[in-house]
This record gives sequence, structure tokens and C-alpha cells, in this order.
Amino acid sequence: MKQLLNISIDRIRQHRVAATLAFLMVFPFLMPYETLAINILIFGLYAVGFNLLFGYTGMLSFGHAAFLGVGSYLAGIAVVHAGWPWWAAIAAGVASSCVAGLVIGYLAIRTRGIYFSMVTLALAQIVYYGFYKAERWTGGENGLRGVRVEAISLPGISIDFLNPLNKYYVILVFVALALWFVSRVLDSPFGAVIEAIRENEKRAVACGYNVARSKLLVFVLSAGICGLAGALRALHLSIVPIDSLHYLQSGQAVMMCLLGGMGTFLGPFVGAAVFLYLEDTVTNVTRYWMGVVGIVFMVFVLFFPKGIWGTALGWVAHWQRKVTRHGEPS
Amino acid sequence: MADITLQLFALQLMTGIALGAVYALLAIGLSLIFGMLTVVNFAHGAFFMVGAFFGVYAIGLTGSFWFSLVLVPLATGALGLLCERFLVRPLYGRGIDYPLLLTFGLSYVLVELMRFIFGIEGVPTSTPAELKGSVNLGFGHFPLYRLFLIAATAVIVLGLWLFIEKTRYGLIIRAGSRDPEIVKVLGIDISKIWLLVFGIGTAIAGLSGLLAAPTRAVNPEMGIPILAESFVVTVVGGMGSLPGAVIAGLLVGIVFAMTSLLAPEYAEMSIFVLMAVVLLIRPQGFFGKAGLMS
Repeated sequence: MKQLLNISIDRIRQHRVAATLAFLMVFPFLMPYETLAINILIFGLYAVGFNLLFGYTGMLSFGHAAFLGVGSYLAGIAVVHAGWPWWAAIAAGVASSCVAGLVIGYLAIRTRGIYFSMVTLALAQIVYYGFYKAERWTGGENGLRGVRVEAISLPGISIDFLNPLNKYYVILVFVALALWFVSRVLDSPFGAVIEAIRENEKRAVACGYNVARSKLLVFVLSAGICGLAGALRALHLSIVPIDSLHYLQSGQAVMMCLLGGMGTFLGPFVGAAVFLYLEDTVTNVTRYWMGVVGIVFMVFVLFFPKGIWGTALGWVAHWQRKVTRHGEPS
Repeated sequence: MADITLQLFALQLMTGIALGAVYALLAIGLSLIFGMLTVVNFAHGAFFMVGAFFGVYAIGLTGSFWFSLVLVPLATGALGLLCERFLVRPLYGRGIDYPLLLTFGLSYVLVELMRFIFGIEGVPTSTPAELKGSVNLGFGHFPLYRLFLIAATAVIVLGLWLFIEKTRYGLIIRAGSRDPEIVKVLGIDISKIWLLVFGIGTAIAGLSGLLAAPTRAVNPEMGIPILAESFVVTVVGGMGSLPGAVIAGLLVGIVFAMTSLLAPEYAEMSIFVLMAVVLLIRPQGFFGKAGLMS
């Protein structure tokens, strides 16, 4: 029995994307309402994109709202002002956040460590003010309204996008593609290089890797994934609030990632789910949600820096070691 | 037209210097804490905000602005001491990101605490009666309070400089920021010094909040933009350098004031563009040590 469990855990580990998707397929039925599940899906993706940079490369960005927001706004502008179809809007959101990632990344990777956090925060602030002032295109303080996508039309079929469950599964297709992509990147030689940079940057340089280029590339990839999350969010909400670009939104990525477990594949998703589920329940009881989340976050930083998923994975690995040691001579 | 513009220009320059004085104070606090503890205090803006609220409360309670000028830094400094002792200290030696993350969480709690005590709307502020009105500077009338702001900053910076350069404790602080190991070997309890420095840094943040309160809206969210702006000052001036903090603070204030005069819609953005330019030309900032950044 123990052996069987042990082997199946190994199997799940090998097929992490498939396992995650299998869970996400039934996920909306576990949540009190579908909109919460959609939110968790979108912010889970946002946190996964952030984790690629923070968890795997060790670069703590405090400006990732810029990419979520740029993705949202450009997808929204494509629909509202240019009248583009939904798929072109998503492409526009992802492409523009990659460009934003290239520009911000080019400046920010000139600095390291805590400077990097300060610089990304400040550069994201430029994006915030820029979109805030460009009222004609972005609606300024009121946000961009009327990002209306009623149906997802594909050759042959048309899916009603107003039905929340349909919406969930449409978004899940994109999330699945992104997760597969991230998993693929992490398993590639490039994935090994970025982890090497996290562990010891000087050694990575000494090994002959072009660290600056790898950092910029992972920055752009991370920005693109956050941009995809942003574009999906614009279609989901049918408005783009200016808060998407706010500093607190950048902080949310940090919180979700640490809460779930940085540097683990599924951790950010778990973090997003716990964060949003908590927010949903706590705000029903008290309006001091920010204080609650601040305290929870500090407790995790102090006592559980590996996060919920990271700690759980640690237990599982410990148990597996024990089983293989006692069970069979290997 | 031409002479009016020149006058306006001079007045706006003074406004910029007054704004820059606040930035300089904030950046000094950040730099001091970083130089010593290698902790980036993400709650610095929150301490600034707490100082502003404490100030309004203390003025209401004691009726004296001058008394609050002493009371508020003591109170925010004491709060800073508690935070260092019980929250930041357990994280030393666990990587540079963890204290940063902790102070980020702390900023949430401080914001909520002020909302809980003072309400979410914020509180009205007024210029202290003794400092109302304006003075003729030869090129126009300038608010007396802003002149006081500049003077007060000069006094605080001078006092801090004397403390660090001329006293026994200042010597330990300077030695500690250069090589904490050696200081420990010499038999000095460095953790006490770190505690003190964190307290001084947060006290200055609180004091700048009190000083800035009459010139801006006091609400629980006021610390968020100011945090980003003080990071700009620190990056421009060079982390861990006090002269850098003062010069960059004034420069950022002047740039902001001048763009608000010439192209108001780009005022907020201008200082971040300044930072981007500095990053391209001199990534370590004006006075920063090159080693810190690369």
C-alpha cells in the first residue's frame, strides 16, 4: 500500500502539468461560486509568471503589476477602441506586456538584489502614471469600460462567454497552455541556467553562461505570462480597473507566491487560491482585510518561508525517504 | 511676461527645495538603515504615514506643534524599535529578501492600524498658527511653513551628521556599516547598535511625516506613493550615502516642482524618468559604491 502511494507520488511529480490540469478541471465545483474559481485561475497564472522570476531565478520584482496591467489594458483597448476579436486582443495583451518586460527588464537587470526590487517598483510606477494620465485611451481613474466579449467564436462553434462555467473552461485552456510552457522552460537547459543564477550568480558567470541575457529573457517570459493573465482578466471582468497597475497589485503577486511556496511549480497557484479564498471569507466578517493578510504574511515570512505547498512537499519527500529506506533495499 | 516667468520660476524652485527636503529626510532614514543592517525598509512609507497621523493626534492633544515635534519621532522611533526587536531581528542571516518581505507585510498592518484608529477618510491638517502666512523673499511671497520645512531639515541633517561624525556612538555606527564582524570582535554588542539605528531611521521617517503633514493630505494610503518616490531618491543618490540622499532628495524635489510648472501632466512621471536616466548612465547612483550594484 505504502509502496503504491510512493510510486504514484513519483508519477504525479513526473506529470505535474497533467496532474494540475486534472485538479483544475473539477476545481470550480469545489468553490462556493464560479467567479471565485475564475479569479483564482487568473491570479494563479499571474503568480506562476511572477514565480518564474522570483522563485526560480531569485529576482524579487515589486513591479509585476505593470505587466498584468499592460496586458489587461492593451487587450481592453484592442477590443474597445480597435474592435479586434477576442483572440487578437489576447495576443495584443501578451505581446505588449512582453515589450514592457523588455524595456523595464533592460533597465532593471542593471541592478541586483534589493536594488532590483526598488527599481522595478519605481519603473512600474511610471507605467501606472502613464496609463492614469492617458485618459482618452484608458479611461483614467475610472478604468477602461466596455471590454465586452459575449461569445468565443471558433470556426464551427460559438461558446457563450457570459456563462461563468464556460468562461472558466475557456480561460483554463489558456492557463493550461501557459503551464505547459512554463514546465517546459523549467525542464530545459535554460531552466537549469536560471536556477544556477539563483543559487550563485558569480559561479554561473564563471561557467560561461551569459547571465545578463538569461535574466532578461526570463524577465520577458515572466512578463508575458503575467500579461496573459492580465488579458484574460480584462475579458473576464469586461472592465480594466486602474488598480491593476497599482503597487499593491505587485505586492499581491509577492504575497501569493510566498504564501504558496516560491520556487515550486504549483505553489503560486495554491497561494493565489488561499489568498483569494481568505479574502472572500474575511471581508464578509471584517473590513480590515489588509491587516489580516499583512499579519498572515508576516507569520509566513517568519515561520514558514517555504509556504504552504513548499512545506507540504517537504513532508511528502520526508515520508518518501522513510518508506524507501525501510521498505525495500535500494 | 518674461519677468513674471522668472519670478514664478524662482518660487517654484523654492517649492521644489521644500519638497526635496522631505524626500531627503526619508532617503536618509532608508539609507541609514540599509547601510547598517542591509535591510530595505519597505515599511518606510508606512512609518512616514504613522508619523503624520501621530502628529495630528499629538497636536490635538497637547495643542503645541513644537511639543509634537519632540513627541512624534519618539513615538514612531519606539514603534520602530519594537518592530526591529521582535520582527526583523529573527530574520538576520536568512537572506536579504526576508527582512524586505517582512517590512512589506508590516506596512499593510500599519496602514490598517491607522485606518482602525483614525478611520479610512484621513484627517484634516492645518499649518501651525505660528508658521502661517508668507515671507517676501525679494522675488515673491513664499509660505513661511515651507521655509521652516527647509530650515528644520537642515537642522536635522546637521544634527545627524554631527552625531555620526563626532560622537562615540557615531563612530561605532560608521565602523559597523563598514565591517560588523570586526566591531563584534572588539567587544561591542552590534545587535544593540542595529536596534538603535532602526529606531533612528524610523524616528526620522515619522518626523518627516509630521513635517510634511500640513503640505499634503493625511490618509492611511499616503505612504505608498512616498515609498516609491523615496526609492527613486535612494537609487539616484546611491544607497547608503548620506550626502547622496540629501543632494538627490533636493534634485528630485526640484525636478518634480519644475515639471509641474512646465508640463503638469508629466509631473509624477518625471522623477521616475530621472531615475531611469541615472540607471542608464551611472547605475550605482551619484555617491554609491560601484560594488554594491554589480
